[in-house]
Amino acid sequence: MIIELGHYALVLALATALVQAILPIAGARRGDRALMELASSAALVCALLVAFSFAVLTFAYVTSDFSVRNVWENSHSLKPLIYKISGVWGNHEGSMLLWLLILVFFSALVALFGRNLPETLKATVLAVQAWIAAAFALFILLTSNPFARLISAPGEGKDLNPVLQDVGLAIHPPLLYLGYVGFSVCFSFAIAALIEGRIDAAWARWVRPWTLAAWTFLTAGIAMGSYWAYYELGWGGWWFWDPVENASFMPWLAGTALLHSALVMEKREALKIWTVLLAIMTFSLSLLGTFLVRSGVLTSVHAFATDPTRGIFILAILVVFIGGAFSLFALRASRLKSGGLFAPISREGALVLNNLILTTAAATVLTGTLYPLVLEALTGEKISVGAPFFNMTFGLLMLPLLCAVPFGPLLAWKRGDLTGVAQRLFVAAAVGLLVAAVYYYAMNGGPVLALLGIALGVYLIVGALTDLVLRSGIGKADGSVAWKRLSGLPRSAFGTALAHAGLGVTLIGIVAVTAFETETVVEMKPGMMVNAGGYTLRFDGMRQGRGPNYTDETGHFTVSRGGVAVTEIWSSKRLYTARRMPTTEAGIRTFGLSQLYVSLGDPMTDGGIVVRVWWKPLILCIWGGALIMMAGGVVSLSDRRLRVGAPTRAKRAAGLALGAAE
Amino acid sequence: MTRKQKRLAIIGGGVGFLMAAVFLVMFAFSQAVAYFYVPGDLAKAGLAPGTRIRLGGLVETGSLKRGEGKTVTFNVTDTLGTVPVTYTGILPDLFREGQGVVAEGAFVAGSPVFVADTVLAKHDETYMPKDVADRLKAQGVALGGKENIQ
Repeated sequence: MIIELGHYALVLALATALVQAILPIAGARRGDRALMELASSAALVCALLVAFSFAVLTFAYVTSDFSVRNVWENSHSLKPLIYKISGVWGNHEGSMLLWLLILVFFSALVALFGRNLPETLKATVLAVQAWIAAAFALFILLTSNPFARLISAPGEGKDLNPVLQDVGLAIHPPLLYLGYVGFSVCFSFAIAALIEGRIDAAWARWVRPWTLAAWTFLTAGIAMGSYWAYYELGWGGWWFWDPVENASFMPWLAGTALLHSALVMEKREALKIWTVLLAIMTFSLSLLGTFLVRSGVLTSVHAFATDPTRGIFILAILVVFIGGAFSLFALRASRLKSGGLFAPISREGALVLNNLILTTAAATVLTGTLYPLVLEALTGEKISVGAPFFNMTFGLLMLPLLCAVPFGPLLAWKRGDLTGVAQRLFVAAAVGLLVAAVYYYAMNGGPVLALLGIALGVYLIVGALTDLVLRSGIGKADGSVAWKRLSGLPRSAFGTALAHAGLGVTLIGIVAVTAFETETVVEMKPGMMVNAGGYTLRFDGMRQGRGPNYTDETGHFTVSRGGVAVTEIWSSKRLYTARRMPTTEAGIRTFGLSQLYVSLGDPMTDGGIVVRVWWKPLILCIWGGALIMMAGGVVSLSDRRLRVGAPTRAKRAAGLALGAAE
Repeated sequence: MTRKQKRLAIIGGGVGFLMAAVFLVMFAFSQAVAYFYVPGDLAKAGLAPGTRIRLGGLVETGSLKRGEGKTVTFNVTDTLGTVPVTYTGILPDLFREGQGVVAEGAFVAGSPVFVADTVLAKHDETYMPKDVADRLKAQGVALGGKENIQ
């Protein structure tokens, strides 16, 4: 009964979304306040209905109600509770319901926190959100109903794909979706601006917090996914340029560009049309990502089920929304007046460069991801576009951007002084080269390119701090004065510095792992030793064990350095009983920022076992950098400017006064 | 600079960068992609030794030699042709005889053996790499007992 209620709530949510999609926008056209105000209440009701529906599905999973087909296919009564819950979105139907839940959640947030928005804009934004919500609710109800029942309930479920039985699954998809779907708000604002035919700096201020929040979540989701793949798959890789990874990376690149162009628009009223276009593109890439991952066009762990009708349905949603948005853009963009002028060498110029490179990089990734699909459709030829392609194109394209990042915050608006900034960054570059030289000495050599990469990373970190140092006058002014100035800086300045420094940290991790990691494959019998990264591992033997829904064989290793035992590593292979599926549980030990990574291979006929041991120098920097970037996003989000003053749509004069006050 | 010159500088720079990107992508497509073959295609393909390809097919039953060192050997077959493959390292968890596999690597000059540096047999026990399934289906190989395969 409760299951049917969940299903019914979803149908009601669709109906509510349809009301929210049509009436408020009609109200906004005719100036009917009652109709416009309907948007907020409809958005809240819709969110509650979907939340109820999602709670019902979760209940079915927790109670292992195998009369529900979806639960039977993806759960098992012996599975630990956390994986029963996370299993709700570990399958196609449930993950689409989560997608919808997050979408209506964002609509509800706009309804709740958008009290200061002009009422026509708010009504239109919520209506556009409802178009998307209605499309996806319809998709779920027609092609992917998670509440479908089985005639006779089986006694036991088929279990979740063991690779997905991990804490990573509990966290990674919700974070990623919060990012993906968060950009829908930017999209709705862009569409609303086009429908209303006007846009100004205040618009950019309303959009920026949503962009920041979505970007922060997406950063977290991608980093989490990367770390999950790293420890769970047992291949020791952290990024594979897999199409599914690219699908989440493209909106991130476009979203990063949007974050920066919205800044120009907010401060200088320039790049209006471009910002609107970028907002549309970012969410379009999110939708494309959903299509690529969920339609079964790509085969991977993410493509849970391949049902052609679903693919066509999502493709239709894609075509309608992206096509519609771009048509509207083509029709209405000329109405948006462009604003402030600036010299090529200026803060605006630097941000344009940022946008140019990021969007080009996103386009490159898109080309590499879609080319095999297009080629196969046209000629039947099958190719694989992998890491070599992306390293060559994406890597080279990002290089100038990385060099330019510290320049941006140091350049003045309108007209900047490039030589002056270069002089100020001299220290950062010098420190970078110095660290690289020390690293060279410590590592007893190393490839020049890798050392330059490390120098670049350090330069990014020091360069990011340079902005704070210069603005607060540390070293020049009196200590207490400098401190006062530093604490008086807007939070967004710290956010920028953190995000840029985080980029440097990630870069250092990537370079160090790529250039200096060591990999050893050896056959080992108990008592044998292998060296990695200055540590010695002794293989002590294998041990049988069993978990709630699997059996495993675990190898035990003693790690020593200079003859002294420092720690132990357990690395195991599991066999999940329900699906007869083996998985590798790599043994990982952290030393500072570096890791030892041990995975087991096949047993030998003579009693030994193949062992693969990696030394991953500074690998934690990769995700640590992402954490710092996220911290930058959160700090920026807490900036006073985004909470106070922002919501009042400035009249001309008031706008100038506000600008001057900052 | 006049307003027009400023705009030209920005647009010119942008177009120049885009051209460089397009050139880079074209170059990378000619250098850094691996074509997909099944054993039956190889005779007519006439590959130069050292060309990186992806070789897909079924792992021939009874051909897998493992447990005698770090290097494993097995045959990849599509029934029209069979190619011996060597691989040093740890095979994926789901690598099994009689199941689909994709090996990435190259032929060494003067030898019929395909030296793989990557072996993929992906995440799911019922999973057959789509490329392999399509080709095998096209060549009429019965995929008995694997009705889950799309």
